[in-house]
Amino acid sequence: MSSRTLPLLFINLGGEMLYILDQRLRAQNIPADKAKKVMNDIISTMFNKNMDKLYDLMTMAFKYQVLLCPRPKDILLVSFNHMDAIKEFVKDIPCILTLVDETYQQLIQIYTNLSSGEFQLIRQTLLIFFQDMHIRVSIFLKDKVQNSNGRFVLPTSGPVPYGTQVPGLIRMFNCTGKEVSRLQFSNGGNYNTAIREGSFEIFGDRVTKLGTNMYSVSRPVETLMSGTSTNSAQHAKVNMAPNPLAKEELNLLARLMGGLEVQKPGNADNGFRVNLFATDEEEEEAFISRPDELSYGVIKIQATQDQQASAELAKIMGEFSESGDQSPIVSSKGDDLLAMMDGL
Amino acid sequence: MYHKEKSIQIKNSASALYNNLGVLRIAPRSLTYFTVVHANVVNMVSASWDGLNYSHRQLQSKEPNVATSTSLIMQAAFCALPSRDLLVVTSQKGIQMYESDGSTMVYWHALDTPDTPTDQAVFARGISAVGKSDSSGSILVFDVPSKGSNITLSDVLKGHKKSITDIASECSGSQDCIADLISADDGGNLCVWKSGEEFQRFNNIPGFDISCTSVKLWKGTAVAGYGTGQIRLYEAVTGILHAEVNAHARWIYSLDIAPFSGLLLSAAEDSLVRVWHLSIKPESLSVEVAHLHNECVTDTQICGAKFCDGDGYAFAVTGYDLSEIIRYSQS
Repeated sequence: MSSRTLPLLFINLGGEMLYILDQRLRAQNIPADKAKKVMNDIISTMFNKNMDKLYDLMTMAFKYQVLLCPRPKDILLVSFNHMDAIKEFVKDIPCILTLVDETYQQLIQIYTNLSSGEFQLIRQTLLIFFQDMHIRVSIFLKDKVQNSNGRFVLPTSGPVPYGTQVPGLIRMFNCTGKEVSRLQFSNGGNYNTAIREGSFEIFGDRVTKLGTNMYSVSRPVETLMSGTSTNSAQHAKVNMAPNPLAKEELNLLARLMGGLEVQKPGNADNGFRVNLFATDEEEEEAFISRPDELSYGVIKIQATQDQQASAELAKIMGEFSESGDQSPIVSSKGDDLLAMMDGL
Repeated sequence: MYHKEKSIQIKNSASALYNNLGVLRIAPRSLTYFTVVHANVVNMVSASWDGLNYSHRQLQSKEPNVATSTSLIMQAAFCALPSRDLLVVTSQKGIQMYESDGSTMVYWHALDTPDTPTDQAVFARGISAVGKSDSSGSILVFDVPSKGSNITLSDVLKGHKKSITDIASECSGSQDCIADLISADDGGNLCVWKSGEEFQRFNNIPGFDISCTSVKLWKGTAVAGYGTGQIRLYEAVTGILHAEVNAHARWIYSLDIAPFSGLLLSAAEDSLVRVWHLSIKPESLSVEVAHLHNECVTDTQICGAKFCDGDGYAFAVTGYDLSEIIRYSQS
């Protein structure tokens, strides 16, 4: 079959849509300038150079959702997530809200009584539509749900679908139906039991995050580094990474507590100095341009070099550790303090 | 136990359909045929055993005398009959039968499509050496002569209320024409049929509203894979449950048995292919299942898995969106 049909389909269907829109705008006596703006917006969107990007984003997102649905019936939950978001967009406009509610009713009426096999057939048909599409989407690549070859990551871990048991058990029965033995086998993955089922009503917790807005602005701070997180494993991964600021703070505390590491003067890594200006260059300029008559005395505060104080502190710290080491040897100062705090 | 061999590249990727891999071993010519369905096309590869020659062919689902067809194919499978082998392709429009090398279409059977569209999808799915089935739950039995195209529809078996997903058959008894047939449907129900003058429904094993996607018959044992990822083994004639395995974390798409060794292959959307061993204990007349091996096809929802020989020395796997047939053989 021809591979040159889609642009013609798009342009001609689009053209017909514009005729109908134009007629509707005139029939409802919409002011000419407003009508013109509507038409212009739609036409510039249709022929926008980024339309194909929009289409790619849409299709790859839905392909991802269809592929990762734990059960075929979950496609309906994904659809409800989309519907819930649409309803939120129009919640202040009663007439549109009514239309959305009617669509909910129809969805429920047509789809909730389908069997799992019929849903799987729907899913298989959708997957034929998405076959061979491997466009890389930056938000998916960042989240590591898509590989660099465009294929989605299918984890062999996490909760099993609702209604499925964690693989690993073989049960054998005798002729009377009594279980006579049980065997375990290694399932090659890292699964846990299913979480609860989502709601198929007009209102309800859908449970699955598939179909929710992955471009949403209001995301928790921890996930900003990794983009959206639809995966609790992802959350956990981000949270377990040591906070570099915390480590530096502990390093500073260790230095102030005295002599845990001999500081070579002039070693910029270990020392720190306060700069009242925005940059080193500004500070330099200010020093150069400073009038001579303003003299100032410099008081040096040695927080680290006081041997007596540091010996005292070292002795106190020594008492904390079980083996009674007098001067704990530190390779990474922050880590050792943490270890010490754990040991308390 | 198994290691990966060189994959065979195919012209299109595999579609997400149950049992989407057909294998036929042609020993006299040291060849194996493979079939993989992609939307409305069957990709056929003929692979020589020395790994040097591959030839490809594509078959479209179309009615004779109709130029083009958008009918989607549900399944393609080889049927090894006593006197000949056929390639059967089932689609939304009907059933096509070809010579096993795909060279000539020998038969076309159109499904009854209702004049007014109904809610029910119309398609044919489920192929075994004795019959093919359709979405209305009927099994169509065809008489196939040893040569030529004089194939006739000889029987329509009604026993299922839901769409049939798979059929399997096995020759039982000493007479080579007596076969047992087992059919599975979307509700998880299994029907056991015995052939004779006519086919008779012998037993019905009820399901639990979970689709049974793949079924095999071996030494009177029905082995069934379900959408819950479970495999169940039943004694076909009595319906007694021998074993239940929590085998996979997603829908099972394919089961296969190597009849001479009792090896069982299961493959699912969870990216895993598992090899099991079935053994019949004569003293207790029970069947035991042991797990032998796992293979993970990373980031792939597997849709077809078949042994390439009767001993289970090698097997082949297809996956959704994958344009290759992955092969494994015993180490």
